[in-house]
Amino acid sequence: MTVLAWRKGKSAGMTLLMALFTLAVLIPLVLIFIHIIKMGFSSINLDFFLQIPKPTGETGGGMANGLAGSAILITLASLLGIPVGIFGAIYLTEYGGGRFSDLIRFCADVLSGIPSIITGMVAYTLLVVPLKGFSALAGAFALSLIMIPIVLRTTEEQLKLVPGTLREASLALGIPLWRTTLKVTLRSALTGVITGILLSIARVAGETAPLLFTALGNQFWSRKLTEPIAAMPLQIFSFAISPYDDWHRLAWAGALVLVTIMFGLSLAARYFGRSRQSGN
Amino acid sequence: MIDDDVGVAEEPVLREIETTGWEIKKRLSGDNIFKWMTFLFAFSVLAILLLMVVEMVEESLLSMDKFGWGFITGQDWDAVQESFGALPFIWGSVVTSILALLLATPLSVGTALFITEIVPKKAGGVVASLVELLAAIPSVIYGLWGVLVMAPWVQRSVGPFLIDHLGFLPFFKGPAYGVGILAAVFILMIMVVPIITSITKEVILAVPQSQREAAIALGATRWEMLRIAVLPYGKSGILGAVILGLGRAIGETMAVTMVIGNTPQIFTSLLAPGYTMPSVIANEFAEASSNLHSAALMEIGLILLVVTLIINSLARLLIWSVTRGERGGNVI
Amino acid sequence: MNAKVQLENLNVHFGKNHAVKNATMDFSANSVTAIIGPSGCGKSTVLRSLNRMHDLTPGSKVSGRVSLDGMDIYDRGIDPVAIRRRVGMVFQKPNPFPAMSIHDNVIAGYKLNGRVNRAEADEIVESSLKRVALWDEVKDRLRANAMELSGGQQQRLCIARTIAVKPEVILMDEPASALDPLSTLKIEELIEELKEKYTIIIVTHNMQQAARVSDITAFFYLGELIESGETKKIFTNPEKRQTEDYITGRFG
Repeated sequence: MTVLAWRKGKSAGMTLLMALFTLAVLIPLVLIFIHIIKMGFSSINLDFFLQIPKPTGETGGGMANGLAGSAILITLASLLGIPVGIFGAIYLTEYGGGRFSDLIRFCADVLSGIPSIITGMVAYTLLVVPLKGFSALAGAFALSLIMIPIVLRTTEEQLKLVPGTLREASLALGIPLWRTTLKVTLRSALTGVITGILLSIARVAGETAPLLFTALGNQFWSRKLTEPIAAMPLQIFSFAISPYDDWHRLAWAGALVLVTIMFGLSLAARYFGRSRQSGN
Repeated sequence: MIDDDVGVAEEPVLREIETTGWEIKKRLSGDNIFKWMTFLFAFSVLAILLLMVVEMVEESLLSMDKFGWGFITGQDWDAVQESFGALPFIWGSVVTSILALLLATPLSVGTALFITEIVPKKAGGVVASLVELLAAIPSVIYGLWGVLVMAPWVQRSVGPFLIDHLGFLPFFKGPAYGVGILAAVFILMIMVVPIITSITKEVILAVPQSQREAAIALGATRWEMLRIAVLPYGKSGILGAVILGLGRAIGETMAVTMVIGNTPQIFTSLLAPGYTMPSVIANEFAEASSNLHSAALMEIGLILLVVTLIINSLARLLIWSVTRGERGGNVI
Repeated sequence: MNAKVQLENLNVHFGKNHAVKNATMDFSANSVTAIIGPSGCGKSTVLRSLNRMHDLTPGSKVSGRVSLDGMDIYDRGIDPVAIRRRVGMVFQKPNPFPAMSIHDNVIAGYKLNGRVNRAEADEIVESSLKRVALWDEVKDRLRANAMELSGGQQQRLCIARTIAVKPEVILMDEPASALDPLSTLKIEELIEELKEKYTIIIVTHNMQQAARVSDITAFFYLGELIESGETKKIFTNPEKRQTEDYITGRFG
């Protein structure tokens, strides 16, 4: 074999190797999805959405309290996370520039890289200990800490895309900067900002670790926000590590529902953003 | 001057005093309020970060005072005796993460190269989206799959295979529990691949076309071109991606907790169960039996925080230095 | 003190860059003044000092006195927002608000500040659009999106938007440079009409345009006001050598 043929062969061989690696990367994805659909689908019925888990040993039951709990936690978390993220980003783009803004951006990046279990520990210290108990409030707070950097960065990016001429047009009309920012700049960036918010919601919907010692989880319905509350990921966790087949079944169903919701949100976010953009 | 004959419903923002008829004084305008409000929100990001660090340190003090530096080398983890040492968890975190990265890196780089350099753009885009899908799956679902599907598989197939063929090595001494280090390494590997792949993809795309053309013009085959021109150029960026992946792996909680076997020990066999820093926190924190226990767990959290901060900063620096000017720093 | 707008030793710095040096001149009411000069001579900078747009540029410093009806607009107690209601601005590239209809664009100066009485709004829209000779072209599609208009129409829309808030001075920063010749002509005709009611200050790099539309012309070079005076005189018999060189095209 000539040297050239050897080199060519080697190149082809490496190409094949890279293809195999790509396949190896995609195989777990396929496997996981197949399992979730296969194992979860059969357990999806009306009961799943309407009933709370049955005690061990009894068949049936559902994850209704987990669905409701997750919805409540996410809503509460958004109440804090979205305004802080948006208005913080507004400060960085409209009033900032300079060292302070760089510092805040850096802090946001650092925050987003902190393992979420530590966020949970901090929320525990700040809200569970003083209030002397696990609560939905503490869980929502932990989740909002995760949302803030994401919303901040995506909003900032979107605001930067708004052309300066738009702001100038408004300011030159004698519109004060704050009205310009809200009614012109933010309005113009709105679809992108909403996309970012939806993505951040999809992300926290799946978070488990920060809820472990804040929301704690609940076998039953919660009546007050100062009580522990169930959440989908928490239930999936406890069902999965339990020894009961029935609870395993529920865990798979819960995984299917959770993944469907999350991907639904992500897809909605992306198509929402894209279609409005092409319309403009 | 407000033009009164316009008859507009409100002019709520301007507050004007006419003195000589021409002076317009500025008072507590909406602009000032808005500026301060947005400033506070921006500042709160910094405040939150500082608060987190301060709280973690403060809550660990009890443990830090009692055990000092010995905490990092201590192997005991006994809630009853109130003797706590973090070494088994540090060992578990380090070993699982490094092994996961050793496996994930060639897979990720190979995939990134494949989808950017070899397949046409559209196909590459589809695969890239699929890989991103992997990144979006929550950790607890990986754990679910891990404990109910993958760990039994390891116990049934992989474990016995390794014991039969490589059991003479201390790394593959049985018995195979299924859950354990190997399962954790597999799960971590799968979870870390998407991050390394996507950043490596950006790094590769940032390599100037002229570099590739220079190699091809010299008669290089495609692989040689990648090896000589693309990979060396993106070296530090890829290293940054790997280090970022390491940071993620060390901080990964749920999936690992569900498959690692939750046994604090300095293991040598990969088939043995183990424990990581996030896992022990996840399992024990809610029901910590004493203040010292809590503080010890907090201290483990503090170690985890510091390690993650250092690793992530290092990674960002490396990635930023390669993709700066091309994409900006926000690839993560 | 008959001048509507006065500059006294206006200096503008951007960091270390001394962009405008000691400019002193008057702008009479109900006249058109053209500011001309080569690229980078500071003409846009001077214009933007007149409605305090530099307030929004970090690192900028404006010193000296800019008077509107004898009142220093940079005085500490003055609200720049109020100044901008009295001194409007039209930009080089037409910038209607893309998410708004033609009707809403014209009334934007009111709408963005709060709610508007519908009847009054319609009245203002009609009168403003008529003044810029756009009414007939768009009266049947006021609710259409503003971006559907051509470039020239968009610019006239922007002018209508500016005059809707009833300013006293209109600043124009190369208003026709992004437009085709026919639209340019229309804009120039419009300027001629508008000067009856407003004081117009226009920056242009097109000398012929300056000669056509303005009563007074000011020539700037490297940040300094070299010469200003009656347009006719500047273009036929300038006093300064630099002015003559520029007029005759010796430099760009």
